[in-house]
Amino acid sequence: MKLTGAQVLFEALQKENADTIFGFPGGAVLDIFDELYRRKIRNILVRHEQGAIHAADGYARVSGKVGVCLVTSGPGATNTVTGIANAFMDSIPVVVLTGQVATSLIGGDAFQEVDITGITRPCTKHNFLVRRIDDLGRIVREAFHIARSGRPGPVLIDIPKDITKSLIEDNDISWTLSLPNNNKKASIEDACAKALDMIRQAERPLVISGGGVLLGRAWDELRTFVKLLNVPITSTLMGLGAFPASDPHWLGMPGMHGTYYANMAISNCDLLIALGVRFDDRVTSKLDAFAPHAKVLHVDIDPASIDKFVKTHLSIASDCKPVLQLLNKWISDKSFARPEKQTKAWLEQVQKWKEFAPLTYCQSDKIKPQYVVETLYRLTEGKAIISTEVGQNQMWAAQYYHFDYPNSFITSGGLGTMGYGFPAAIGAQVARPDKVVVDIAGDGSIQMNIQELATAVNYDLPVKIVILNNGFLGMVRQWQELFYGKRYSHSNIDNVPDFVKLAEAYGAVGLRATRSEEVEATLRKGLDTPKTVVMDFHVEPEEGVYPMVSPGAALTDMVLSK
Amino acid sequence: MEVKENTISILVNNRPDVLARIAGTFSGRGFNIESISANITRNPEITRIVITTLGNRETVIKLEKQLTKIIDVLEVKDLTRANAACREMVLVRMKLTDANQVKIMQTVDTLKWKIVKMDVDTCILEVTGGKKDIDDALAFLDKMGMDDFTRTGVVAVERQK
Ligand SMILES: Cc1ncc(C[n+]2csc(CCOP(=O)(O)OP(=O)(O)O)c2C)c(N)n1
Ligand SMILES: [Mg+2]
Repeated sequence: MKLTGAQVLFEALQKENADTIFGFPGGAVLDIFDELYRRKIRNILVRHEQGAIHAADGYARVSGKVGVCLVTSGPGATNTVTGIANAFMDSIPVVVLTGQVATSLIGGDAFQEVDITGITRPCTKHNFLVRRIDDLGRIVREAFHIARSGRPGPVLIDIPKDITKSLIEDNDISWTLSLPNNNKKASIEDACAKALDMIRQAERPLVISGGGVLLGRAWDELRTFVKLLNVPITSTLMGLGAFPASDPHWLGMPGMHGTYYANMAISNCDLLIALGVRFDDRVTSKLDAFAPHAKVLHVDIDPASIDKFVKTHLSIASDCKPVLQLLNKWISDKSFARPEKQTKAWLEQVQKWKEFAPLTYCQSDKIKPQYVVETLYRLTEGKAIISTEVGQNQMWAAQYYHFDYPNSFITSGGLGTMGYGFPAAIGAQVARPDKVVVDIAGDGSIQMNIQELATAVNYDLPVKIVILNNGFLGMVRQWQELFYGKRYSHSNIDNVPDFVKLAEAYGAVGLRATRSEEVEATLRKGLDTPKTVVMDFHVEPEEGVYPMVSPGAALTDMVLSK
Repeated sequence: MEVKENTISILVNNRPDVLARIAGTFSGRGFNIESISANITRNPEITRIVITTLGNRETVIKLEKQLTKIIDVLEVKDLTRANAACREMVLVRMKLTDANQVKIMQTVDTLKWKIVKMDVDTCILEVTGGKKDIDDALAFLDKMGMDDFTRTGVVAVERQK
């Protein structure tokens, strides 16, 4: 039997168990969309290709599967670039299928031709230009394999139009992966034995966990590890939810807007057990003042993350899961014990820091953004999936929605992409129809992909958008307030548009609260409405995110409030 | 830390875009390619690329780790400290005059250079050697009426596997 390239593509997607894609059509992918018309696979038709890639990313983050996105050549492809870079920075497995002009036209500046493999080379884990139909099946399978194996990441496949139309005998399709085997797995036993020694000798150990624990699905092992050792733990923005925020061992997030106690613990520990983190500059701040008294034990699947900025004393280039499993096994063995007295003294010190400067804010008649997040946390019992936009809204969400569950917080950590949260929430809701999904948004960011309201309404996705509307590009304003003499250059966006009317224009539900006492009722109403809901909270315009470590300062150099 | 020239050998799948990936990794991570040479190996599907670049040990290790992450890269080896034989080649076009001809021919003879092409008033010389040999040869020939030259990147092979 003969198959078209488009058919081979869907056969390959089926082999990879991809049942949902996020796509937007165009000339170069007409044959693929024509085949899609006959297929069972579900396409979520977005309104902008950036929406498609972020939705695929959000879908991947909550489902643990590879997200798939399908767009046309030229502008369709370039519209996905921000989202690809976003997935690359946060190590999210997505496969991006782009149409390309016919093979014979490539290189001739044809209509809607763009060298998308060239453009995305530095921000994909790998990319392919399909040159022959014979390669298509194999390439799709390789793409999925590359996207999800090792340190995950985005993979792009550029498919010329003629290839989607040409025919191949099904027996001639090669499905076999031909990838170099770079995963020479070294044994972790020796390193783990050394790690155990370091842990045994440490007087003030601290765990810092990151996105790698979530990507490696090692949250159970992490929880056991912390309990067995009875040590404090802090988790980076990307790692929130891997360890329950409600557990007394947890110190909140470290870094620029981290808690006082997390930053103090980092600055005073004598052993930093770093699990699946890559030491972003927003976490370390001034490098030579980072964990100055600590030996660093770093476990990360990507050897290139090790010793990149923070010098390690012992590193294990491995997935966190097997390392934690082995350590847990050895630690639970009776003969391993840390001196009780030391453990107690360290935990008491950490407790003192917690009591000295807990995360707080001042209530007022005007709505405090922190209060909105806190109330949302209470009303959803911490069980919602939360996505965020970028800016103050993102930091308040991270600080005041106390994440107890893995894969329930999706945020643009590495790239800081305004406009990420809403389409990502759509992807999350598609993956988890049973869950309450809320995008905690800023009035600036939400306008960057607001067109996806049409998508959400179209597919009856009951995503909730909570806009912390401060009339400002708030994070920019905060920096201008602190570092640029309050010259608010082009950061004022003054409560335009009317988000309630805008929601209604799209067929969604719009709600507004302008005073503190309306917050709870508005949230309740929004959460109880089984539709796409936009909640517009007019919050204190000049509220700041605190604590704050000034860029480039030492982590101990925190400003605790205005 | 000391900045010096490093010689890196990279084995790659012979694919159209692999050189672009490697070049992009150098530039994206702030390195300059000082010299490059590439050709197939015993297995024609695999290419060896030898690149020299300036950097201190620590940053070059970071670069090597990034190169290793490229899917089509099979092996990255730092030959700087390995016991490797390194050679370059240069083709030099000389203007021949009554004044320089004898001196040039004598030098070609003593240093075992080669004459690749000979015309009435020009000749093309071939010099191979280590980096320093080539530098010296070029300095000498420059004084002797050199017209132009083309210099290859470093090729290198380890003494032992
Ligand atoms: C695409 C993009 N452009 C610009 C920025 C720079 N930036 C970071 S935060 C921010 C302000 C965001 O404003 P808003 O969404 O209202 O959030 P707020 O800080 O007010 O909560 C800006 C402009 C960015 N992160 N992303
Ligand atoms: Mg704002």
